[in-house]
Amino acid sequence: MSTKIKDASIPTIPFKARLSRWFGRNLLRIYMIFGFTYLFIPVAYTFAFSFNDSGKSNLIWKGFTLNNWKNPCGAPEVCSALGNSIKIGLLATTFATILGTMIAFAIGRYQFKGRSSSNLLIFLPMATPEIVLGASLLSLFLVFKINPGFWPTVIAHVMFCISFVVVTVKARIASLDPRLEQAAMDLYANELETFRRVTLPLVAPGIAGAALLAFSLSFDDFIITNFNSGTLITFPKFVYVAAARGIPAQANVIGSSMFFLALAIVIAGQLVNRKKAR
Amino acid sequence: MNITLPKVRVPYLLLFPGFAFLFTFFILPIVNLAQTSTETPISGGDTGQYEQTFAFSNYLHAFLDNREQFARSFIFATLSTIFALAIAYPLAYAIAFKSGKFKNILLVLVVAPFFTSFLLRTIAWKQILGEEGFVVPTLRTLHLLGQQTTITSTSVAVVAGMTYNFLPFMTLPLYASLERIDPRTIEASGDLYANALTTFRRVTVPLSMPGVVAGTLLTFIPAAGDYVNASILGSPNTKMIGNVIESRYFKIVDYPTAAALSFTLMAAILILVTLYIRKAGTEELV
Repeated sequence: MSTKIKDASIPTIPFKARLSRWFGRNLLRIYMIFGFTYLFIPVAYTFAFSFNDSGKSNLIWKGFTLNNWKNPCGAPEVCSALGNSIKIGLLATTFATILGTMIAFAIGRYQFKGRSSSNLLIFLPMATPEIVLGASLLSLFLVFKINPGFWPTVIAHVMFCISFVVVTVKARIASLDPRLEQAAMDLYANELETFRRVTLPLVAPGIAGAALLAFSLSFDDFIITNFNSGTLITFPKFVYVAAARGIPAQANVIGSSMFFLALAIVIAGQLVNRKKAR
Repeated sequence: MNITLPKVRVPYLLLFPGFAFLFTFFILPIVNLAQTSTETPISGGDTGQYEQTFAFSNYLHAFLDNREQFARSFIFATLSTIFALAIAYPLAYAIAFKSGKFKNILLVLVVAPFFTSFLLRTIAWKQILGEEGFVVPTLRTLHLLGQQTTITSTSVAVVAGMTYNFLPFMTLPLYASLERIDPRTIEASGDLYANALTTFRRVTVPLSMPGVVAGTLLTFIPAAGDYVNASILGSPNTKMIGNVIESRYFKIVDYPTAAALSFTLMAAILILVTLYIRKAGTEELV
């Protein structure tokens, strides 16, 4: 009987509306599952094949082994390439984060003549295809008889990372509540103290995010590096060259470790943020 | 006030180191590239030696000789941008509006695959979709794919690879602009008797336009200059302009042609981007 009353009290929803409601509730979820599966297929493949007892070329599944994980430097050149990529990444990240954060503060905090052209100068490197950035920088190095190698690569990476740092930090600065700084000033903090004890800690997550972004852009860069590194082998270069004759499973070990490491850093960052928010 | 500097100078002092760097290693190289693009080989000189002769015909030759690769680059880039938008929009929408407390985790998961080297992932696709992978034999058994047809070494594979690799550049700006939408605007639309589809079309999409514009640009620009996907997943018949520039530089040591091609590519992208921004009508990019 109760169902009968219920039926009568709810006006019958037209099929179309019911369908669109179902669409809103479930189709998106199904879509999300497909989307994430698509995103993770090659990651899962790379991870799975890091356990392949493959010998030199890691093309066909030959059996499970932990040897690649026990001995990630087993394949020649893998670890020196990884070392180069990490060194370049850390140096490029440091310089790009410092330079980019300064620019972000200038643009985000001050009104000055030439502000919009400054924005343009930051946007241009992002709007230029990597191959043009790489090729033009190499031409410059060749004119000045500078041989491509380690430092030219670091310079190239700083150059293309700066803009991404500026954009990330600027977004964080824009989202700050100006009243917090006013409050510090009201409490007799001078400008420098306010900056050090209020502004900087508030912008810090943005700077950390920008640094992480810069490092991952630098670490993963192939095109610009290929132009400016000469005979120096970085990890992406190693993978590209090795692809022709089969990549050793150790490269999969390193790729998978980077994935888990980055995931751990990002999740740790989220947890720290949540703790602070409480 | 402890700061003795006149206040006006502060922003310029902050800008100076970074802009000096960008000027030296971004603007100057581009100017130098422009100079290189009109040089011609020194008669009797070695390979790789060029002199300035203001040969603007370099551009004409560079373009005419590589029309096919130019066209292919722009078609591939357009297609992969459209596919990436089609995949990323619902994904970003679902994360922004339908994921509740899992929002941050899902956002991290969208970006996470991109910490595995993109070359490793591209090569993984090549092996998954290749002759020895499981996809091609399965499709052949189901007669969805002819016995001779392959997936890798085709345009389809190159476009698919580019779509996959540039997906986060599409998803993140889309998410950022969708997340900023005040849910009350969507509720208001429903209160005014708009159905879900109308609300989506008339409220959500227009409000997310800045993200759509930023995402499509961040996907299209690198895609148009890309050559890695074409060389790993493609064949000599799917060469893009990036492949031509790369081989002009390294294999043929023909710097002027490489420079002219780079400039033509950049000009074409800038023109398209300007037209697109005008049409899409948003200035809120950076």
